[in-house]
Formats: sequence, structure tokens, C-alpha cells
Amino acid sequence: MPEESKKFMYINRKAPYGTIYAWESLEVVLIGAAFEQDVSLAFMDDGVYQLTKGQDTTGIGMKNFSPTYSALGDYEVTKIYVDKESLEERGLSLDDLQHLVWEDEDEDWAEKDSIRLVSRTEMADILAGQDILFNF
Amino acid sequence: MKFTIQVNEGPYQHQASDSAYHFTKAALEKGHKIYRVFFYHDGVNNGTRLTTPPQDDRNIVNRWSELGKEYDLDMVLCVAAAQRRGIVDDGEAQRNGKDATNIAPGFRISGLGQLIEGGVQSDRLIVFGD
Repeated sequence: MPEESKKFMYINRKAPYGTIYAWESLEVVLIGAAFEQDVSLAFMDDGVYQLTKGQDTTGIGMKNFSPTYSALGDYEVTKIYVDKESLEERGLSLDDLQHLVWEDEDEDWAEKDSIRLVSRTEMADILAGQDILFNF
Repeated sequence: MKFTIQVNEGPYQHQASDSAYHFTKAALEKGHKIYRVFFYHDGVNNGTRLTTPPQDDRNIVNRWSELGKEYDLDMVLCVAAAQRRGIVDDGEAQRNGKDATNIAPGFRISGLGQLIEGGVQSDRLIVFGD
């Protein structure tokens, strides 16, 4: 990672298909990954629905882009913070989300979990530690 | 201070574009630098010259064009967002076989990398959205 790298965080707050924010946020993340910055993602409020598994969009005639999240590890996006209270408020748990992983080059490509459940207090500290916050 | 401004909403429907304009203008008048204004999501609709708002209302698109000209601003419309929403310059018309263009003076169409680079190069990146 270059010395001048900044900490970029993409905050996702909206459900995946009601508006285009979720999909166009993911497009920024994928393009931004080429810039070798310190990237992390946060999911809170209805944004936690973006990561749910078993999404089926055939009824609404829109592209199901949820498989793209599983490619994030290959783009070296390995820190995905999910607001625990947002999940609980919606009757969701970690089991309802896709199992997102990345491979750690330094540990013989060991597979590691990308999703980290954090409390709102922890999330506030994580946000405070960033250089750039993109809100989607 | 050096800012990059991100505008995520179109004109008139949301205040975000107005707020971004007022912030940008105020920052420039205070002597700050605007590295880039990047228009994303429906924000790309701020860059069509074909809008005709009522005469007693502000003209959001022209206002951006004029500010851009006065301060030589780099005003970039995201290409992927612009293609979805029909914002077209000469290059895009040619590439995608469109029979017209509608980009307003002072704007250019480019990639999302310009947004990330704006974040890297600026002291602050300010997002105006819903």
C-alpha cells in the first residue's frame, strides 16, 4: 500500500433495489479498488439488506447484483463492517447474510471472514478513524 | 483548503445540488480551492443543457456552468451514471450511436476513477446527497 494512501470507507444505508444507490455504490468500490487505498465498507440501517443471501429479483425484473459482493475479497476489499443493531432491528442475524471471505496472502492464502459485526459505538469509532466517507 | 465535491442528486427534486453549489461558491469566494466537482447517481442530470426551468426560478444547470467558467472548475459527470440517464457529449454520442448530445458547457464526462482520485488529492471530500 503506498505511503500516501488514505482510509476510504463506503457507507451503505439503503435497501438494494428500491433505489440505485446500492448498486452504484458497489460500482465505485470496484473501480476504487484499483487505487490501492485502505478500503472498508459499512452496512447499516436498511443497507444490511444488501448483504442478505438468497436474493431473487425475477419478480421485479431487475438485475440481481448480490453475487458481486462475493467478489470483493478478490479486489482486496476485506473489511466489511455490519451494524449489529441494524440487523437485530430487522429480525436478521449473521446467518441471513452471505458468507463473504478473503484469502490472506501472508498466511498461505488462508480463507478469512470479511464481515465483522460491530456495535453502534464501535461503528462510530471506526467512522471517526477514516479519511474519506462516501455515503450511499 | 482543497476540496472535492460530490453531487449525488439531480436538480430541483432534491436540495443537494443547491447546497453543493452554494458550498462550492462560498468556498471559492473564501479563497479555497475546488479540485473537482464530481456528479454521480442522478447528479449527472445537473449537466444537461436542455433544462428549461420557469423564468422566476433559479437555473441550476446554467448556474453551475457559469461558476465553472468563472473559476475554471473541473466538473465531471460519471460516465456509467450518465449513460444510464441519457447525458451525452460528442464522444459518447459517437461511441453509442446516439443522434444528439445534451451536455452543458463546462462539464465533461469521465470515469469513477476521477472521484477516487479527487478524494486522494484533496484535503476534504464533501458529499451532497439525500
